[in-house]
Amino acid sequence: MSTAETTEVSLRAQGAVARRQMVSRASRWVLLGVTLVGVFALAFLAYDVIHTGASRLSWDFLTSYPSRRAANAGLRSSILGSAWVMVTTVILAIPVAVGTAVFIEEFAPKGRVTAAVRLNIANLAGVPSIIYGILGLTIFVRGLTIMGVTVIPKMGGSILAGSLTLALMILPMTVIASVEAIRQVPPSIRDGSLALGASRWQTVWYHTLPGALPGIMTGTILAIARAAGETAALIMIGAFAFIAFDNKSLGDSFTVMPVQIYNWTTLPQEAFRVNAAAAIIVLMVAVIGLNLVAVLIRERFRRS
Amino acid sequence: MARPPGAGATVNAVARPGPGTGDMAASPTTGNAEELRRTLQRSPWKRPFETGIVGLLWICGGISLLTTLLITFTLLEETVKFFGDVPITEFLFTAQWQPLFEPETFGIWELVAGTMNVLLWSLVFALPLGLAAAIYMSEYAHPRVRQVLKPVLEALAGVPTVVYAFFALTFITEDFLRPLLGQDRVPIFNALSASLVMAVMILPTIASVSEDAMANVPRELREAAYGLGATRLEVAIKVVFPAALGGVIAAVLLAIARVIGETMIVAVAAGSTPALTLMPLESVQTMTGYMLQVGLGDAARGTIQYTSLFAVGTMLFLLTFATNVAATIIVNRFREAYD
Repeated sequence: MSTAETTEVSLRAQGAVARRQMVSRASRWVLLGVTLVGVFALAFLAYDVIHTGASRLSWDFLTSYPSRRAANAGLRSSILGSAWVMVTTVILAIPVAVGTAVFIEEFAPKGRVTAAVRLNIANLAGVPSIIYGILGLTIFVRGLTIMGVTVIPKMGGSILAGSLTLALMILPMTVIASVEAIRQVPPSIRDGSLALGASRWQTVWYHTLPGALPGIMTGTILAIARAAGETAALIMIGAFAFIAFDNKSLGDSFTVMPVQIYNWTTLPQEAFRVNAAAAIIVLMVAVIGLNLVAVLIRERFRRS
Repeated sequence: MARPPGAGATVNAVARPGPGTGDMAASPTTGNAEELRRTLQRSPWKRPFETGIVGLLWICGGISLLTTLLITFTLLEETVKFFGDVPITEFLFTAQWQPLFEPETFGIWELVAGTMNVLLWSLVFALPLGLAAAIYMSEYAHPRVRQVLKPVLEALAGVPTVVYAFFALTFITEDFLRPLLGQDRVPIFNALSASLVMAVMILPTIASVSEDAMANVPRELREAAYGLGATRLEVAIKVVFPAALGGVIAAVLLAIARVIGETMIVAVAAGSTPALTLMPLESVQTMTGYMLQVGLGDAARGTIQYTSLFAVGTMLFLLTFATNVAATIIVNRFREAYD
């Protein structure tokens, strides 16, 4: 036996140690396999939906009103409804969300007030969407009257009521994202602006907000994606009517794509299931598109 | 002059030596930093725009507080009316939920059991999967693999829940569970299909938040364990996992809050028959499922069905609130321990 061989043998673990090492090496592949279960689930979901619904997709499907006959039914009113609601929600929610974030980070007196607002927002972010639905039903659809004084007028199941409900729902996550983005802006920029004589608001408007904009936009787009897929809250406020006209104003009753998908899913006929799958493809393209835009913005501005 | 004489003397000495300038000392041009700050703060009415903006920002901050107040107010108002018709003892201490037929009974426990049924079985599947994924991404995966895996898993959280609902009913129940377990044993609406899909939905919450916690475990702990001869698996399970336990528990609590509050999946796939059971192959109704059913039925205001919506809503709100608060407390305690 040569010395080289002895060395080689003594380096290789034996007995209990070898077993432990083998278990550890095997665990890598077991854990990888288990991790991939989630990825497979996603792939399967996509395959199932595309397999079922792709053949139903057509220009007619996108531009027809809903119908009792599955072959004639389409997404026109729900696509329009979704667009109306999303745009209104963004206009309502974003200024308030950014304002709240600026308030928390730059203007609120440090201490109790900020702590309370912060804690409150964290808790609001965890409130289930159906609770927001009840809130919208009570204060927007039916109107809020306190001691005989109308504080919020009755809006019915209108686009405005739906948008206000969704705006309240996405407010906490948008605020949290905006606060994070504002905090990323280096203090030196703020100090420099203040030292040159800018007021606090001028500093926020000309320096802090532009610096935080990519982060704010990323968080906002993700919140919009969530609102675009929201179903329960809008059903609670009554947005499941049969709509066979184009929405023209904020006072119109409406329906949205997720609610239409829900309707078709719960109908017993197979043909409506196919419609639901086709509508899911449209909705997912929109949601994935929004997510991609958010990722692109984040990646693009991370480098600079 | 309002300023203390000592401060004025300093300013004068530095900026404008010589007598007779005392009246000018309040002007911003002569001030040091302290002086400047006070001057800026003293002149809100000279800058109406700035003051208006700050006022608006206060209102923005107030809106979130107002939302909480309104949620509490609307829930409580109708819940109080509900308990005017139904004794609170019946609500809390009986177990039959039969709101639509005579005799009407309102025992919340059947609905709570429905929620717990789905929660239990979704955790049975999501917990091992999520923790394994977290350990793999944090301790095993090459950084480049993790960079791909993590966003893909997080995409699962971005899928609209109505899509999961469709998937649960059409695919999981009809194409997977029924052929696998037998047509007769699997009702079309069952807790298991909702739970399986819910597990996929919360997988990224558990995996991603736990992975963050594991990545924050100091490297020295790992290296000390490796130095003592531990294998990679032993380091992951016996060192990193216990050290990150606070974050892992918080992740699980966040996932639990999502399951309790999720509506569409259970409304579509789990059924609408309240049942006091934790068996996975039963048709059950959850709290959220009942609320959506009332919402779809458009119950008239003032009826007991309408007020019961708010009573169940209050219960749901309290459950999710408690879960979220527990998660916040654990995260904070955990953070203090590792800074």
